[in-house]
Amino acid sequence: MIWQLDILILILVVICAIASITVKDLLSSALLLGAYSFLMCLLWTEMGAVDVAFTEAAVGAGISTAFFIGAIYYTTRRTKD
Amino acid sequence: MVNRYENVLIETVTRLLIPAMQLFGLYVIAHGHGSPGGGFQGGCILAASFILMVISYDIKELKSRMSENLNTILCAIGVFIYGGTGLLCVILGGNFLDYSVLHKILPVDPIKARYMGMLMVEIGVGIAVMSVMISIFLNIASRGEHEGALN
Repeated sequence: MIWQLDILILILVVICAIASITVKDLLSSALLLGAYSFLMCLLWTEMGAVDVAFTEAAVGAGISTAFFIGAIYYTTRRTKD
Repeated sequence: MVNRYENVLIETVTRLLIPAMQLFGLYVIAHGHGSPGGGFQGGCILAASFILMVISYDIKELKSRMSENLNTILCAIGVFIYGGTGLLCVILGGNFLDYSVLHKILPVDPIKARYMGMLMVEIGVGIAVMSVMISIFLNIASRGEHEGALN
């Protein structure tokens, strides 16, 4: 474990999480959530939990982003609130 | 396949990428008990290759390779392999998913039987997760109609 790398990835995770709930464009929000998942995957790999990181990369960054994008095709692109 | 779709770049990259993704998914499933990975992750990677096919071509292309009936049957077969391996252990006198009693019907010792049982469960979970993920994506992306292009 390298604590400087931990802190750096953790700051990026927080930035991605806050950005994905504040941005008005739904497609950007879904992609930022994918970036959040990938950074969580990096964090878990760096902490030594490789199996959890693999699951996060396959499900969080891969499949669920595709699900969100597939759902956004049938809604409005921009959020109303 | 030539000139059927608009973007030659997406078509070529997808045609090269999908077999590599499927091979990697099978690798992850087959080596799930010895290294990171397993049935769930491998099934997700296999499903992601089919989802990439839907996104870059259309749903009809997926239907010609994996129909809805085949998808449902594969889902049931995956759950059957998983539950059947567990119940076979119960029938042979062990606990649920206690693979070491499988050496009574397999020509191997208990440690190798544990290895084989784990592999069977990983294969079942992989098949089930792959078909369920494809089914969820098709139902989300086409509003349950299962037809049309995705753009």
